[in-house]
Amino acid sequence: MITPLVMLVDDEAPFVETMTKRLKKRNLNVMTAFSGKEALATLDKHRDVDVVILDVKMPGMDGIETLKKMKAACPLTEVVMLTAHATVESAIEGMKFGAFDYLMKPCGMEQLMGKVNEATRKKRDHEEKIREAHVKEILAKRGF
Amino acid sequence: MLRKYWQNADFSKRDGTNMTNMNQSTDHYFRSLNRNIILIIIIVSVIPLILVSSTIYYQFRVSYHEKVYDHLRELVHSHTQNIDFFLQEKLSDIRFLTDSCGRDLLEDELFLQERLAALQKDFGPDFVDLGVINADGEQIAYAGPFKLAKADYADAEWFRRAIQSEYYISDVFLGLRGLPHFIIAVRNSREDGYWILRSTIDFATFTTLVENIRLGQTGFAVILNNQGQLQTTQITRPSIDIIASKTIYTEFLANPSVPPSEVRITVKSDSSQHENIYVAAFLKNGDWLLVYQQRLVDAFADLNRAFIRTTALMVFGVLGIIIMAVTLSKTIVRRVAKADSEKQMMRKKVVEAGKLASVGELAAGIAHEINNPVAIMVEEAGWMGDLMEEVTFDESENQAEFERAIEQIQTQGKRCKEITYKLLSFARKTDTTVQDVNINELLEELVALSSQRAKYSMVEIRTDFQENLPSLRVSTSELQQVFFNLINNAIDAMDHDGGTLTISSHQSENNLVIAVSDTGKGIPEANLDRIFDPFFTTKPVGKGTGLGLSICYGIIEKMGGKLEVESTVGTGTTFLTSIPFQGDAGRQH
Repeated sequence: MITPLVMLVDDEAPFVETMTKRLKKRNLNVMTAFSGKEALATLDKHRDVDVVILDVKMPGMDGIETLKKMKAACPLTEVVMLTAHATVESAIEGMKFGAFDYLMKPCGMEQLMGKVNEATRKKRDHEEKIREAHVKEILAKRGF
Repeated sequence: MLRKYWQNADFSKRDGTNMTNMNQSTDHYFRSLNRNIILIIIIVSVIPLILVSSTIYYQFRVSYHEKVYDHLRELVHSHTQNIDFFLQEKLSDIRFLTDSCGRDLLEDELFLQERLAALQKDFGPDFVDLGVINADGEQIAYAGPFKLAKADYADAEWFRRAIQSEYYISDVFLGLRGLPHFIIAVRNSREDGYWILRSTIDFATFTTLVENIRLGQTGFAVILNNQGQLQTTQITRPSIDIIASKTIYTEFLANPSVPPSEVRITVKSDSSQHENIYVAAFLKNGDWLLVYQQRLVDAFADLNRAFIRTTALMVFGVLGIIIMAVTLSKTIVRRVAKADSEKQMMRKKVVEAGKLASVGELAAGIAHEINNPVAIMVEEAGWMGDLMEEVTFDESENQAEFERAIEQIQTQGKRCKEITYKLLSFARKTDTTVQDVNINELLEELVALSSQRAKYSMVEIRTDFQENLPSLRVSTSELQQVFFNLINNAIDAMDHDGGTLTISSHQSENNLVIAVSDTGKGIPEANLDRIFDPFFTTKPVGKGTGLGLSICYGIIEKMGGKLEVESTVGTGTTFLTSIPFQGDAGRQH
């Protein structure tokens, strides 16, 4: 499997930095953003991001809002919600809007890696199916 | 007033000494409320009662007076007419006798006796005797019971008056016979001069005419001549003294009425200080005066009796109103006081709930803020762990220590996370939204929260949950509050000495029964009835509000359930909560 491209979005800079280092050490390609807005801008440039790890509570645009916009822009990109909150409800709400899963802070690295891998696999499968559909369509058009 | 009262209550919370002031002001308020209600009821009911009664009584009194006076006037008027008629009749008889028989016949005593007998036969004993008197005053013939033949009346007053007019009716006098009587004399003339036929009228018969007029206990009538002398026998009725009224008679006589038949009424005090009604009318062409008199109190005895009865009724009525006012006011004030104290209690509950809510919010805030730094710490430790895998320390002992320390940081970070999540899950749900609650999970959560406290109090918590219980449709936070309170109370009951806290849940028909039992010192029977009362506490000052159990009781009642207590001193206490499953959840199970 190709190395997943992960974007980490959280307003807590030390958390983002350390987490990035740890994820990179586990051979992940990591991009970071410190707000919802920044994350959307980055995603616009790099539409091949596989998984976004998104904090629910952020100043300005919050996680749920960001999620909705991300899903609108790149429906295939999977999002894992990360919450330090009692607001499990908001994380669940996020899942209603198309988030892949949610994790509670602080979370174990294995747990996070597991979710990221699952999400990547799902995305890749999704892409594969779309590609197959395209191929079938082309073949059908050409009369094979 | 109530607002003021609450303000007082606010101060009293802060300062114990103000509590008595508050009680005093509340007492004072309720006393004055009580007094005002009584006064208002009495004023509103009694004043119209008195006004209406006195108006009616006044009107009645006026018309009754008029009625009595009219009646007396009529009575006296008809009697004067009767007496006048009586005298006229007797006079006519005598005149007829003189005119029809003539002196010659009448001088014959036998004939005269015959005529007297005939008169007596026709009119009864009215005529006592008959006498013929010549112009010199000598009685030349006499028929009657007295020996008056040849009597000489030349000097008699009546004779002098009679000889001067055609007829004469005398006043009452004693005369020759020495008995009170009066005479009717008719003058006639013959060639040798005037002669007179005279008849004595029976005094007793005449008196009867007046004596008939008797009303009530003191009413009677007398006839007076214009000199004020009695023309009838003095009536002997108890407590009546005619002499006392003498001056009043004189006043009547001094003012002859025009026309003579007019009936006059006055009310005056006689000389014995009794108020009398006097009704007077002249008769016999103004010669005689008929006076009817009666004590005022006697004449209006009926009215007085009516007044006494009405007054008694009114006094009873007013007493009734007062008793009613006092009772009603007491009831109202009692209810108001009860409502007030309930309101006060409610207010305290609201304050308590507010406190809990703010504590909850605070906890939520802290928990949330702590989680982020903890997450960073855990991540940093994780990063260190990652790095440790690459670095090889010279002394393997230190490396092991590093690894242990990093692991410990991560473990404790996770513990922090667990604590904050428990705190949050408890504090977050302070809303009363009804939702499906898994009771066993809720109890587990509470047990976990209380386990640390229990450990310090040397209390062992045992749970005995029936599995697969249907969920309750209630407010989670309220239910948490109830059992958190019960568990804390149980731990308090076993503080210092330690013991076992048993929490069990099971289904009984359509009810969920949860028992929280401790092996503490138990509750004395005297306190058992009161433990659900608000503000009842046996904890030292500052340790308990006395609201916990009463709030629990209220919550369980609201859910349609029951909260009961069983306790034996020295053995322990069990709080039994029974909550009905909503709908058919229980039956489905």
